Amino acid sequence: MNFYRVLLHLYPSSYRAEYGDEMTAIFAQELRRSSGVPAQCGLWLAAFGEVFSNAAALHWEIARRDLRSAIRSLVKSPGFAITALLLITIGIGANAAIFTLADFVLVRPLPFPESGRLVKAWETHPGYSMMEFSPANYRDVKTTSTSFESLAGYTDMAMNLVGQGEPQRVEGAWVTGNLFSTLGRPALLGRYFTERDDQLGAPTTVILSYALWQTDFGGDASVLGKSIILDDKAYTVIGVMPADFHFPTREALFWKTFQFQEDNYKERDDNWLDVIGRMKPGISLAQARTELKLIGDRLRQQYPKENEAVGVSVISLRDELSKQSRMLLMALCGAALCVLIITCANLANLLLVRSLARQKEFSIRVSLGANRRNLLRQLLTESALLGLAGGAGAIGVAAATLPLLSRLVPHGLPIQEVPPLDMRMLLLALALTVMTVTAFGIAPAVRACRNAGFGGLREGVRTGGTGHHRSRSALVVAEVVVSVVLLILSGLLVRALWKVQSTDPGFRTDGILTMRTALPLPKYEKTSVRGEFYNKVLTEVRRLPGVTDSAYISALPMVWRGGIWPVIVDGRSQNRAEGTTASLRYVTPGFFAAMGIPIQAGRDVSETDTIDHPYVAVVSESFVRRYWPDQQPLGRHFDFAQHDREVVGVVHDVRVRGLERTSEPQVYLPYLQVPDGWLIGYTPKDLAIHTSQAPEQLIPEVRRIIAGADPQQPISDVRTMEEIVAGETESRTIQMRVLMIFTGVAILLAGLGIYGLLSFTVSLRQQEFGIRMALGARQGDIFKMVLRQGVVLALAGLLPGLALAYLAARLLESLLAGVKPDDAVTFSFAAVLCLVITLVGTLLPALRAVRVDPSAVMRAE
Amino acid sequence: MTESPESLLPLQPTTFHILLSLADEDRHGYAIILDVAQRTNGELKLSAGTLYRSIQRMLEAGLITETKTRPAPEMDDERRRYYRITPFGTAVAQAEAGRLRSLLKMARLCGVEPRTT
Repeated sequence: MNFYRVLLHLYPSSYRAEYGDEMTAIFAQELRRSSGVPAQCGLWLAAFGEVFSNAAALHWEIARRDLRSAIRSLVKSPGFAITALLLITIGIGANAAIFTLADFVLVRPLPFPESGRLVKAWETHPGYSMMEFSPANYRDVKTTSTSFESLAGYTDMAMNLVGQGEPQRVEGAWVTGNLFSTLGRPALLGRYFTERDDQLGAPTTVILSYALWQTDFGGDASVLGKSIILDDKAYTVIGVMPADFHFPTREALFWKTFQFQEDNYKERDDNWLDVIGRMKPGISLAQARTELKLIGDRLRQQYPKENEAVGVSVISLRDELSKQSRMLLMALCGAALCVLIITCANLANLLLVRSLARQKEFSIRVSLGANRRNLLRQLLTESALLGLAGGAGAIGVAAATLPLLSRLVPHGLPIQEVPPLDMRMLLLALALTVMTVTAFGIAPAVRACRNAGFGGLREGVRTGGTGHHRSRSALVVAEVVVSVVLLILSGLLVRALWKVQSTDPGFRTDGILTMRTALPLPKYEKTSVRGEFYNKVLTEVRRLPGVTDSAYISALPMVWRGGIWPVIVDGRSQNRAEGTTASLRYVTPGFFAAMGIPIQAGRDVSETDTIDHPYVAVVSESFVRRYWPDQQPLGRHFDFAQHDREVVGVVHDVRVRGLERTSEPQVYLPYLQVPDGWLIGYTPKDLAIHTSQAPEQLIPEVRRIIAGADPQQPISDVRTMEEIVAGETESRTIQMRVLMIFTGVAILLAGLGIYGLLSFTVSLRQQEFGIRMALGARQGDIFKMVLRQGVVLALAGLLPGLALAYLAARLLESLLAGVKPDDAVTFSFAAVLCLVITLVGTLLPALRAVRVDPSAVMRAE
Repeated sequence: MTESPESLLPLQPTTFHILLSLADEDRHGYAIILDVAQRTNGELKLSAGTLYRSIQRMLEAGLITETKTRPAPEMDDERRRYYRITPFGTAVAQAEAGRLRSLLKMARLCGVEPRTT
């Protein structure tokens, strides 16, 4: 019989308490009446089935009833319901979105099998901790290291694709034959490269990305074995990679092999090859690093001249992310967390107030015989319902905002652009919701139920309880703290953005149209053939109305940040350890005029600077400062890019590496002073046109002119210089916007928190105010009293907020672009704004307190 | 209770049987089980769980009520609770009987005669 009693515990407790005894008695009687073991067994079996099904049905009935009453009670107070829902939706939605983004960028394994074993290897040079390899050093490291299953090389390389509609410039990568096997992702169609495809003289083959296969080949599987023309050469398609395969970046649309010749290994200081490796199982990153360091040391001894001060190191492929991108995401996570804290504090406040307001209702219900447990269950059902609805809304918010945040996913990572909405995010949203609702829903509910009863009836709503008041004040103070922190951080970041935006790039940004026409080889291998093309294009472009100047350059500043070359001055052998490099650019005459770069001394390069004239160069002011401080630079010579050059001009510096990084000094060489086939990577390809009209208007005409000069020549990267420079601050701008939204929400909620708390206390103290006034207190005194309460709350939050903000700003210093973490302007502004918001939040309750009519209050008593 | 008896129709067979069982006298739970089993020749054997779930619902709907009148002490067991049909319960039982009768009439009109068992 005891077992039957245990079984009855499956029923809801109220039901068990009501009918348990009788059911047990009946079951006992039936057992007694039945005879024989089989009959008794049958009885037990039936009892099992019956208890399970009936208990389930009863629980469901209760849940349905609770749900109905929860919905009814929420509908009855729409203000509360909508506010709570909005809070949960915004607070958790923002967090789900930001944390999914951070998880996607920073934590989740890269989409390659056993991606933890993938590393990126770098050469280290003085001043450059991550320098690409020279093919020679790569080959030596590859043949001597034992920590790796394989080491593979690659480099980004765009090529001209013709024959598929309009000629187009397609981004891709040149790779060693073992790159795909190192990454370990199989091809979607066909096969990937093997070492044999990379051997000199092997048939030229290409692998397409899913995106290129879809857009240019209609997703047709018969593309395998077909021939496509890249830079005037035929390549056979041997494979298509899956849609989510991106390497080295998501811009890469095709892959071809290098097929290195012995010539490629000649220049040990020509660094351009990116190298990844797959460590052997069981080898740690530290072990691999130690081994590579040893190999680096050995190579330095072997090639003391080329490899002077050169080392080799590795980092995990997952960590190949700039510190700034990482900080940026961490800052957003912190901000999202702040919003969550404020959300929770507000929600807790709302629930507390609601439970207080309903204290009387509960007391009456308990007095009339309602079960406290049922009451508690009903309250929790209400919170759970709010949580579920809010959580669903939050997932909607996150799904909608993730694509907007996709620009914060760094380009350099081999992952897709938009973080997918996945199970992890749903679980996160669910966990956050459950946490918020239970943590902040249960306490008020328990308290409300405990207080329900005659005591509660007596106490009524008036006093509100001192405990309640204290916890509510603490919550409001917490909100103020968090919003002050957010306010200051976003203020600092806004100032940092302004500072970066106001950085002089060294050239004019308005009225310049740029585009790229990368001339393919071998068609344009001859300098004179390229010259004809440039002249045809530039002559006609300069005739267009509004155009004041136009020119070609190897690559525009901020478009290509690298392209540096060692400088040798006065025959003195400069060792690389001193970091004496300069960026190398070939230009056509008129480049400085088109870009608005002032010529400080001497002249521009000219059409007469040809290969049979003395080699000349135009250098930047920082170049002069570096090598000939306080001396006349014109006429001086230096050795650069395999030739002695004479300085004929000095120009203003430009920020080649972007607005936030220091750039090497710049050297500009005349486009005609390069032997055929030399320094092919530096061939001028970027066209800059300065116009007095809107730059975009020129696009069709310029396209026509280029098609006239070479109908097979694709045009890519059509942008204004303004867009290029704006791109520099794009991620900062987005980060700042997100942070501003968070801060706005936080400030608003904190203000509402203060307002809510004070209006509540004012309504509680009506009687007190009435008596005070009746006893002679003036309206001003009452007003001051309420005001003081608000100001005390604000100050209590403001001071720790300022301290915390300073600490947080110190952590984020690398994002501040030189703005001091204790920037007085930002801190004072935040403090003032916080006080203003407090005063606004206090004003209405204070006015209400002043309007209390003493006689009415007394009458009500 | 402003509901009309018809609003609860059709009744679940269990509910109807419990109402019938309580129509002539107050009974406790086990007596209801025995009475229903006897009247249906053992065809309907209510389990304790089903019985009390129905009773709970019928109490809430005002069809029956718990009665304080108890039999002589020598016949009583203090754990037992006795139930009595309310006037509303009687009205609902009558309405259900009426509904069944008109259903039967309809069947007859269509030439469907009830089988005698």
